[in-house]
Amino acid sequence: MIDVDRIRSDFPILSEKVYGKDLVYLDNGATTQKPRIVADTLTEVLTRYNANIHRGVHRLSDIASEEYEKARETVRAFINAGSTDEIIFNSGTTAAINNIAFSFGERFVNEGDEIVISALEHHANIVPWQMLCERRGAKLKIIPMDDNGVLDLKAYKELLNGSTKIVAVTQASNALGVITPLNEIIAGAHSNDIPVLVDGAQGIQHGVVDVREMDCDFYVFSGHKIYGPTGIGVLYGKRKYLDLMPPWQGGGDMVKSVTFEKTTYNELPFKFEAGTTNFPGAIGLAAALNYITGTGREAIAEREAMLLEYATTKLKEIEGIRIYGDVENKISVISFLIDGIHQYDAGMVLDKMGIAVRTGTHCAQPVMDRFGIDGTIRASFCFYNTTREADLLADGVRRVKEMFL
Amino acid sequence: MTINEVQDQIIEEFSQFDDWMERYELLIDNGKDLPPIDPARKVNDYLIEGCQSKVWLYPEFDGTDISFTADSDAIITRGIVSLLIRVLSGRTPEEIMNADLYFIDSIGLRQNLSPTRSNGLLSMVRQIKLYAIAYNARVNK
Repeated sequence: MIDVDRIRSDFPILSEKVYGKDLVYLDNGATTQKPRIVADTLTEVLTRYNANIHRGVHRLSDIASEEYEKARETVRAFINAGSTDEIIFNSGTTAAINNIAFSFGERFVNEGDEIVISALEHHANIVPWQMLCERRGAKLKIIPMDDNGVLDLKAYKELLNGSTKIVAVTQASNALGVITPLNEIIAGAHSNDIPVLVDGAQGIQHGVVDVREMDCDFYVFSGHKIYGPTGIGVLYGKRKYLDLMPPWQGGGDMVKSVTFEKTTYNELPFKFEAGTTNFPGAIGLAAALNYITGTGREAIAEREAMLLEYATTKLKEIEGIRIYGDVENKISVISFLIDGIHQYDAGMVLDKMGIAVRTGTHCAQPVMDRFGIDGTIRASFCFYNTTREADLLADGVRRVKEMFL
Repeated sequence: MTINEVQDQIIEEFSQFDDWMERYELLIDNGKDLPPIDPARKVNDYLIEGCQSKVWLYPEFDGTDISFTADSDAIITRGIVSLLIRVLSGRTPEEIMNADLYFIDSIGLRQNLSPTRSNGLLSMVRQIKLYAIAYNARVNK
């Protein structure tokens, strides 16, 4: 059981006021707030042992390098990867998918080949593949979904063929909250020897992720969505693929030797970490992951499921609410519209009540197109939210209705 | 009234309210009262793309003054554009080009003005000024 008062006191921002009102932060799908330990860790790096990693012979560089590699081990353990060689730090999910689309594409994708993604993807898991397809003359295939945002597995299996080179799917829809059936998707792909990339941007923070049990071939996520700093992210890949993939970007740390005639690339994971990496971010991320582990991932998942159910029930009591992706198997995200009211109007007024939600297409325009709408209001909860905040959201929605209807 | 007199009037209307909610209620009332645009003008040619709400802005030039009609699918955005129209519609191109829209700051809409903000206030102002520049060039040809 989570002691929510204690948890909330770990997150200083949650006691902020906006427009003189208590902040009700329900935009966790966009970014999560940070426990004090993350801020303290960043301060510690910057004030006590800031030095470029893997480069200096001096003491501070040693400490920074050591902490950075400890952070890599923390990430490895958190997702239960087999080796730290398979954990690559980068700036976030978008960079990770671009890296894979480029490096995997260079090695494995040729003209006439096919890439499979799903109708639930956000732009970061669409555009890099479109760019790859354009570069290599490949085709992008989309797993369709039904009116509740549930992927059509039968159609998926029919999409897979000898030309399919990779399947890239989200763990959960950022726009709707619907969880994708990864087991079936991965099993289907693997029975055709096709690797699968799982976009964990909306998955990692909501429960236990074990990449070996999941058996995905790539797993990516952003630090800032799991209570860590912004500008740090993780790319996990199975060594058998990473070894064969060429680097994405060139520069320092990813090389063994450079002459003007030829460059020899460094070993994993450094091959994919060109330039000075965001080492304070990585060390801060490790602090966040340790905090989450300490809080208990099962307990977090349990509390978020409770909040989702509570808030969904409260919102459904209001006439004229339409929830998109209203299914059992969801992360704690509620995407909805109020009949006759533009989502932007609702979001602006909720904001003035201190309630932070996201409105618009959630960087997933094709999902909105599928429903014939140009956006929704998205309330995304996490374990530090409360049932009282869900009540305030419902009250806020009622107030919005009074103002606009 | 001059452009600045109208701006001052708007500032006074909004200054009656300290509370953000009440200011937005006033904006919403303004939005509801915006005279309708000719439906034939609600086409892509007159669409100003904001990220989240759509705004149609139609200019008419009678040789001296430019008048504007507008609509939006969001009421708050309609309220914002209605204020712009109140200040700038029925003015000469030169007046519009030279207008310093200080009321936006004064009534607290500045937060909506940064380029990434979704209501497209900046785009609306820019578009109105562009029309003024274009008509001005036509007059002085």
